[in-house]
This record gives sequence, structure tokens and C-alpha cells, in this order.
Amino acid sequence: MAMRLEVPPESVPKDAEAGTGKPRNKPGGWKLAIKRDWRLYTLVLLPLAYFAVFRYLPMVGNVIAFRQFQPGGNIFGEKWVGLKYVTLFINDPSFWQAFQNTVILGVLTLLFCFPMPIIFALLLNELRSQKFKKLIQTVTYLPHFMSVVIIAGMILQNFSMTGTVNQIGQALFGTTVNFTQEAAWFRPMYISSEVWQTMGWGAILYLAALTRVDESLYEAARIDGANRWQQTWHVTLPAIRPTIITLLILNIGTFMAVGFEKILLIYNPLNYATSDVISTYLYRVGLESSNFSYAAAIGMFESVIGLTLILSANALSKRLAGTSLW
Amino acid sequence: MVKGATVKETALKERGSKAPAKETGVLIKDMRVSRSMRVFRVANLAFLLVVVFLTLYPFLNILAQSFSSEGFINAGQVNLFPMGFNIETYKLILADSTFWRNYGNTVLYTVVATAISMVLTTSFAYAIAKKDLKGRSAFIGIAVFTMFFNGGLIPNYVLISSLGLRDTLWAVVLPNAISVFNLLIMKSFFENMPRELEEAAAIDGLTQYGVLFKVVLPLSKAIVATMVLFYAVANWNSWFQAFLYLDKPELFPVTIYLRNMIAGVTTAGSAGGTTENMGQIAANIQSVTIILTVIPILCVYPFVQKYFFSGVMLGSVKE
Repeated sequence: MAMRLEVPPESVPKDAEAGTGKPRNKPGGWKLAIKRDWRLYTLVLLPLAYFAVFRYLPMVGNVIAFRQFQPGGNIFGEKWVGLKYVTLFINDPSFWQAFQNTVILGVLTLLFCFPMPIIFALLLNELRSQKFKKLIQTVTYLPHFMSVVIIAGMILQNFSMTGTVNQIGQALFGTTVNFTQEAAWFRPMYISSEVWQTMGWGAILYLAALTRVDESLYEAARIDGANRWQQTWHVTLPAIRPTIITLLILNIGTFMAVGFEKILLIYNPLNYATSDVISTYLYRVGLESSNFSYAAAIGMFESVIGLTLILSANALSKRLAGTSLW
Repeated sequence: MVKGATVKETALKERGSKAPAKETGVLIKDMRVSRSMRVFRVANLAFLLVVVFLTLYPFLNILAQSFSSEGFINAGQVNLFPMGFNIETYKLILADSTFWRNYGNTVLYTVVATAISMVLTTSFAYAIAKKDLKGRSAFIGIAVFTMFFNGGLIPNYVLISSLGLRDTLWAVVLPNAISVFNLLIMKSFFENMPRELEEAAAIDGLTQYGVLFKVVLPLSKAIVATMVLFYAVANWNSWFQAFLYLDKPELFPVTIYLRNMIAGVTTAGSAGGTTENMGQIAANIQSVTIILTVIPILCVYPFVQKYFFSGVMLGSVKE
């Protein structure tokens, strides 16, 4: 979400050290740096320890994907077993089913959940009444602040046999469907609730970008005879293009992580055929059946794909659109 | 501060440039356009209000169910308004000591986790906002890399377990103590502070600690408040850490209480109902629990929304 993830080094003011007269940032000047800034270094110690223990140690812990692991034993495993667990999951049909479900849900999410906030922001931007605009924003941001447990509860209730969706279905078609149990209905249920949850809040960055569009561009377009639609197409959309691309890159980067917590809360064995994704599968294999090494191998595969996706999306947009995260 | 000013400026500019355009726009062609525009505006507003209704509907539905009796829920008759008004379930849940204990845990975990997160995030953000700090780019790199690559579920689980943190508060509050997203927002805020201020303080003989505590933090109340809300809401809503690492019901946060109810682990029976109407009462009892969990969030929502918005803006400005 943060568009500026890194400050390019050249943006450091050249005259930063002007006036102090001390030599700064000389190569090899660690002694001086520590002498001058030791208090700042004490401030980074605890956070660095946090990153080391809770972020980087688990990365190293992935080594158990290639080692035999015993619960309660060494966290880095007991002995090397090579690619045993990798070949195991590559030959596992349940894994490939989860893989396929992940890709399908990811594509559907990109297709439906990504464009909706853009359309929503454009429509909201056309509103003249600031009062309505504020009201609509306030209400549509609400789902973003709800715990996923509450969201899951609402989904299951609304799609239950006696829930609203079935009440409408009953009134219109005279039939009811067991949405929460039937595999064929999982994807519509998941995607529609995802749109409900993310559309309002997702529009925020676009709305901010829209307020920065130069009004004189619209005037120029009007003088050239552009109608409202052409103005949107030729002025508004190009103006928010960097925002769209940045968010697209981030969305592609999290492609593989499709709503793990939400799926874990709303799926059940009856709809595994469509609902089981890589993360839920490895959760069951790893933590419910205690095949830690096997699940770690799957998890590592997932993380590597995620990293590859975001790196390639970033590189691609840098080349094609000149916009990138870093 | 700087951001607010620029937004205001653009708003002024817009108003200034729009006014003359309207005055000159009384050509016949423009009148025709404005008629279809008017139709569009009405349709647009109507559509957006439908979106508002659809967003609110699930909440209203749950609220209605929470006050309805199970017979009507089971017959699929409850939508916007309660049917067969009933507050027995509220009494039942409010009398459940486990519910209150779990609610208390949620408060405790939220306070402790937010405090830890704030200390770690503020100190790190302040240090890496210093552009002449040696090693700065390495520190930033260490943090940012974790946004795109993480150890994954299993190694994390193994780590927390072998650190002996299972069934302790630390398993809930430590693993996600620093959100890199929040860290970067704070860093860019500190970077935008006028340098002269800190330099003047340094000349007055304040150490870097003194500058941070006596000059910088008092001037950063807005961003600190924003960050506290970011972390507090995330912690209040979190359930997965607790779900993974806590086994004792007396340690559960209220989200797990609710989760177990949704998953059918806790049935109405164990929450005080009779076994015959267990299935029937489930929807009602879940709705009541959802409402009781949502209330605190709804109470702080107006502030939260305002601060979240400015926080997101702060973190997203690319200039």
C-alpha cells in the first residue's frame, strides 16, 4: 500500500552536514559513526533483534523443508533428506488441487476486486454533494475495520439456508441452495464477500490521487470538445495511472496469499474441491497432521512464487509503464 | 502539516478555476450536455446509495437476528427487522463468565501489544529517518525485505513453540510487533520534520534521546495517535496468533470465543442453552456475540476512520 517504500539515495540533501563541520559518512568511518550516533544505534537494537528473531529466523527455519524434523527437537531439523519433501508434494494431487484453486481465486480476485475500487472512486468523484460523499465513504470503509472472524460470521449467516441470499432466492426462483456447503458456490461466495469488504477502503488511494488532478487539464479537454466520458478516459485515468500500477504490482505480489484467514474460517471439507488453497492445505498438513517438513516445503514454494511474482511485476511495470515500487 | 496545506491549496485552486468555466459555459451545446449530466448524476447517486445499503445490510441483518427468536430465524423470515423480539440470548452471553474473561484478554493483549509495537516502531523509525546515520540503508532494507518475503507458517510455528511462548501472552503480542507499513509511514513523517528544530535543540545541549523525547515526540502527537490506532485496531481484531498458540480457554481473546462459536466448537449447549434447541439457537447466539464484539469498534470508528485516512495518505504520498 505504501507507494514510497524506499527513498532513493540521491534524495539525501547534499548539504546535510553543512554547518556541523564534522566528517560524516566517510567510508570505513564506523568508529566515528558509533561515537557520534551511539544513542541512535541503541534505538535500533531492539527492533533489529525483533526482525532477527521473528522475521529472519523463520526464513532460516525453512531449512526443515530439506531436513527431517521432530516436533520438540531442533528447530532446524535433525538430518538432511535432500529433496524428499519437495518430490513428495510435487507428486501429491491434493497439493495440485490446492494450487489450482489458489490460482483461480487469485485471478478472480484480480479480475473483480482490483477494478471495483477504481470504478467506485471515479463514481464517487463525480458526486457534487460533499455531504453524500462523506457519508458514502464513512459507510463503505466500515468492513475494513472489522475482524475477519466477524466477517466470516456474517458471510456464513447471510449465505446460510435461512439467510438473506436464500430468502431472495426463494422469493425469486422458489429454490434454496446450500451455499456454504456446495463446492460450486464457494468461489462466488468468496469473491462477492471480498468485493463487499474491500471496495470502499480500496478506493481511498484513488480518491486521493483524483484530488490532485490538475483542473486545467479538464478545461483544455473541454475546449478541444471532449465530452465527459472522453475527459474521464483521457484525463482522469492517465492521472491516476501511477496509483493503479502501484496497487496492481502489490496485488500481484500478494496473489498467492489469497485470504488465508478468511478461507480458513469459512471453508469446510464439503467444499475443499474449490475452497482449499495452498495456505490452508499446508496449514492442515503441517499443523493438524504434524507433517512439519512437508508443509514447510510447500510453504517455501509458496513464498518463492510470491517473491518472484512481485519482482517480475515490478520489473515489467518499470519497463512498460515507467512506474515501479523501487 | 505540510500535506494538509497542499491539499487545501489544490482545493482552492480547483474552486478558483472552476468558477469562470461555469460562467462561460452557457452555450447551447453545454446545456444539452448538462441535461444528460443531470441524469447521470441522479443515477450515480442512486447507485452509490444502493452500495451504501448493501454495505450496511449484513450488519443490520446480524443486529436483527440478535434480537429475534430462533423460530423466525429458522424459518428464514428475519432480514432487516427483529422478529419475535428476544433479549434472552443477550442475557445468556452477558452472564457467561468465559465471554467476559475473553473480552478482558482482548483488552489486555491489545494494550500490551500496542505498547510494545509503538516503542519498537517509533525508535526504529526515528533512527532510520536520520539520513546521515551510517548503516541506515541496510536497516531499511532489512525491514522492507520482510514485506515481500516471510518465513511462512510452519517455521514461525516451530519457532514460537520452541521458544516456549505457547500459552503465554507473548505468543500473541510479539510475532507481529512491527508492521513495516506503519514503520515506513512514521519514517516519512520524521523525515519531513524541519531539521533546524532538532539542530537548535542539539545546540541547546540536548542529546539525541533528549531531542527525541523533548522535541520530536511532542510535535508528533498526530502521527503517534494514528499509529496507536493502527496497531490497536489490528490487535483488537486479530485471532490467528491466539488460535495457533493458545490452548487454554481462559487465555483466549474474544475473537476466538466468536470463532469457536462459528466453527461449532462451542455450541449453544455449552454456552448455557439446552441441547434440543442447539442448532436452532446457533444463528441467534452467533449474532449476539458478533454484535457484542463489534460495539467497541463502532464506538471508536469515527476517530479511527479519520486517523486511518490521514495515515494512509501520509504513507502513500509519492513526491
